[in-house]
Amino acid sequence: MKAKVKVTLKKGVLDPQGKAIEGALTHLGFGGVEHVRQGKYFEIDVAETDKAKALSEVKAMCEKLIANTVIENYDIELA
Amino acid sequence: MKSAVVVFPGINRERDMMLALEAVTGQKPVAVWHTDTELPKVDLIVVPGGFSYGDYLRCGAIAARSPIMKDIQAKSLKGLKVLGVCNGFQIITEAGLLPGALVRNAHLHFVCREVKLEIENNSTFFTNRMKKGAVVSCPVAHGEGNYICDEETLNALEGEGRVVFRYTQGTNPNGAMNNIAGIVNEAGNVIGMMPHPENMIEPLHGKSDCRPLFESLLAA
Repeated sequence: MKAKVKVTLKKGVLDPQGKAIEGALTHLGFGGVEHVRQGKYFEIDVAETDKAKALSEVKAMCEKLIANTVIENYDIELA
Repeated sequence: MKSAVVVFPGINRERDMMLALEAVTGQKPVAVWHTDTELPKVDLIVVPGGFSYGDYLRCGAIAARSPIMKDIQAKSLKGLKVLGVCNGFQIITEAGLLPGALVRNAHLHFVCREVKLEIENNSTFFTNRMKKGAVVSCPVAHGEGNYICDEETLNALEGEGRVVFRYTQGTNPNGAMNNIAGIVNEAGNVIGMMPHPENMIEPLHGKSDCRPLFESLLAA
């Protein structure tokens, strides 16, 4: 199975990179940019074929390494 | 005072740290490779600065899951003294030895300069030769030293005197909450700090302000 994992900064955590991108978009003339937050995206292929088992396995990966839950949220999509 | 310095791929301050430890304590520290699974018998373990694994994923994240970290975690729970400097602070925080996280500097720039640190807690193993409130010069060199944590943790750190080092007003190089430069865990045996005291211990460094920090190790 393939897991698609999105990691985003928690609300309230300062995202200076997002801010810099926001500024650059504005410089390019995109006048309607109100806010940019930068995140990370992972594609993880797992051997497990049972959806529930795969989900709990990927969840454990997120908790242990992929995300730092002090500052980040994660979202898993299985395909 | 026997010490060991952990070496990960991409770490680059381990020599400076070993030289500083040897210069002040008189004993040559042992270098420990990240794939080792057991620490030698020492009184202090130092996780030095650098760019372990090129800061892949998050600064310190990969190194924090190295084989040697299991033993560091286990022995720190039994009271082994642990000092993390710069990337070392990021690594031990990622490993859960200290609360909070270190994120990208608020202004996005890598900073490499001297800052002023106020010693807020002089009862730790790394500050007991300092006066409370003393201000020392110390270099910083990092891109991700912006310390953040939730409000509850911040209140605990402040309320329990666990902010050991604080950037003096106007010298905060990274936007860290409450100007936090270094903290200690609840038990008092794990310290993490962003600045590099190992680079300010002798006249050739420009100043030797941070030598008493290393001298503190002898009393601890």
